[in-house]
Amino acid sequence: MRENLFTDLAAAVRADRSGQWLLYGLAAILVLVPLSNALTAEASALHITNYTMTLLAKYMTYAMLALAVDLIWGYCGILSLGHGAFFALGGYAMGMYLMRQIGTRGVYGDPLLPDFMVFLNWKELPWFWHGFDSFPYALLMVVLVPGVLALAFGFLAFRSRVSGVYLSIMTQALTYALMLAFFRNDMGFGGNNGFTDFKDLLGFNLQATGTRAALFGCTALALGASYVLCRYVVSTRAGRVIEAIRDAESRARFLGYRVESYKLWVFVLSAVLAGIAGALYVPQVGIINPGEFSPVNSIEIVIWVAIGGRGTLYGAVVGAFIVNFAKTYLTGAFPSVWLYGLGGLFIVVTLFLQHGVVGAIGQWRSTRLRGAAR
Amino acid sequence: MAEHPIAGRCTVSDLLMYLEDISVSFDGFRALNALNLYIETGELRCIIGPNGAGKTTMMDVITGKTRPDRGSALFGRTIDLLQLSEPQIAQAGIGRKFQKPTVFENQTTLANLELAMSGAKTVWRWLNVRMTAQQRDRIEEVLQTIGLREQRLASAATLSHGQKQWLEIGMLLMQDPQLLLIDEPVAGMTPQEIERTAELLLSLAGKHTLIVVEHDMEFVRSIARKVTVLHEGSVLAEGDMDSIQADVRVKQVYLGE
Repeated sequence: MRENLFTDLAAAVRADRSGQWLLYGLAAILVLVPLSNALTAEASALHITNYTMTLLAKYMTYAMLALAVDLIWGYCGILSLGHGAFFALGGYAMGMYLMRQIGTRGVYGDPLLPDFMVFLNWKELPWFWHGFDSFPYALLMVVLVPGVLALAFGFLAFRSRVSGVYLSIMTQALTYALMLAFFRNDMGFGGNNGFTDFKDLLGFNLQATGTRAALFGCTALALGASYVLCRYVVSTRAGRVIEAIRDAESRARFLGYRVESYKLWVFVLSAVLAGIAGALYVPQVGIINPGEFSPVNSIEIVIWVAIGGRGTLYGAVVGAFIVNFAKTYLTGAFPSVWLYGLGGLFIVVTLFLQHGVVGAIGQWRSTRLRGAAR
Repeated sequence: MAEHPIAGRCTVSDLLMYLEDISVSFDGFRALNALNLYIETGELRCIIGPNGAGKTTMMDVITGKTRPDRGSALFGRTIDLLQLSEPQIAQAGIGRKFQKPTVFENQTTLANLELAMSGAKTVWRWLNVRMTAQQRDRIEEVLQTIGLREQRLASAATLSHGQKQWLEIGMLLMQDPQLLLIDEPVAGMTPQEIERTAELLLSLAGKHTLIVVEHDMEFVRSIARKVTVLHEGSVLAEGDMDSIQADVRVKQVYLGE
């Protein structure tokens, strides 16, 4: 059956018109943004600065995160209010690699220990820091750490049939507990400062335009690939089971499905996607600290998905972009109103646009088509 | 307790399921009280009884949703139902239709039947393996049986109440169950729908074994070969419809005489 995977992926995408537009858009961004950044003069109106390019890349990592949340919330009905934790763990795994890359260029010049450890007077590298000098190992951890945490958490939660609001509260507690833990200096993750002052990745200077463009490209590709993967998953027969679980869990159980396995499996996949998004986020933003575990962050992700349109996948991407554009603009122009703006947006969407922005667009188009047909 | 009249009449090999001495209490309330029930292979059994007689609890025990305090429940002579989990019981060949139609509203008729198909249901298989021609044929066959061929691509939410009930029976059939438990199939149906449901259930008897719980006496009369009356958690009377309606104790229970 393996040889069918490619055709299956293609078929899944072919059946998804809105998703195709999204992928075309991504492809256009992938080509045009680095081109404009590299080829046009800085004074040109068409020029996209390094700053804007990196900002767009940041939005794309958020979009990946939103996709991960939509997969479990929109399709399986698992409302995770702690997905920021998986994002942050992926980010920390990447951050540990970047810290090890600094080497003797740190303030204290220690060849092995990152600055904060020297500052804390530690003499040797903690065991869990070993191996992070290797990029493949770090990549493995980016996938494994969020994945294993999701596996353990999900196994316990789903086996005990914790669902609905109770599960949401537990995921909040999870990310909050991790935040408190990571704030502690003796955890060995840099305490409240986290990691920053990264120098290079695989030997490429992180400040260099070329590296930034390459990271931008990787992020766009990762977002596109995640989208296709999620679309594939929900279009398989397993995807129909997942939706069936969302709509009538006990019925699905009576039909003989091991609901726990399906939930666990999709939850782990979602956590891994979130981890990869975090790993792409950290080298571009240049910092990771325990604030990423903040419960508010995780709630914000859910708002992106709700605003974009839950249970559509492309809606999650659109929502992440819209809200974060608005956030960048409003926090710059009117710093004090941003939270009110976000809250207002959420209220408007839940009251008037229950299927989110993409749902509203779809409805508007179909009424227009009906009007034209008349 | 006296020897059960049915147990003596048929040989053991005819029995598909038997419940013996089943008791269930909820906070002191005895929902089932030393219930004995013997179901023969291929029969269509109707279960009636006033509210609170224990009909639903009995179904819950058979499907593993409720564990009895006491008693034994054997299926197909060798399978001890009390040792199995809900999904295991479903896999063993017992399908249940709930009172309220609970089809998957957001999916098509076809997808509903596909979801209900028997066979391995692990994540991995459902991610990779497509339907075989045989499975497609089976779905077509069931669509034909339940009379929903034209609605195959309609979303289940758009089906009428009666059609949803038939779809749900179709979903049970997809699991190739030996035993079908059907809870109030005709509640809320139009007379035409009731008639078609009776035809459907009669056509299934023989190939499958059916236990139907129903309040609608006229409907029970139209399909029943054997009727069991439950009262206060145990069997009050058993027999064909005429003898049941003539039974003095049944009259007392139903009419409070």
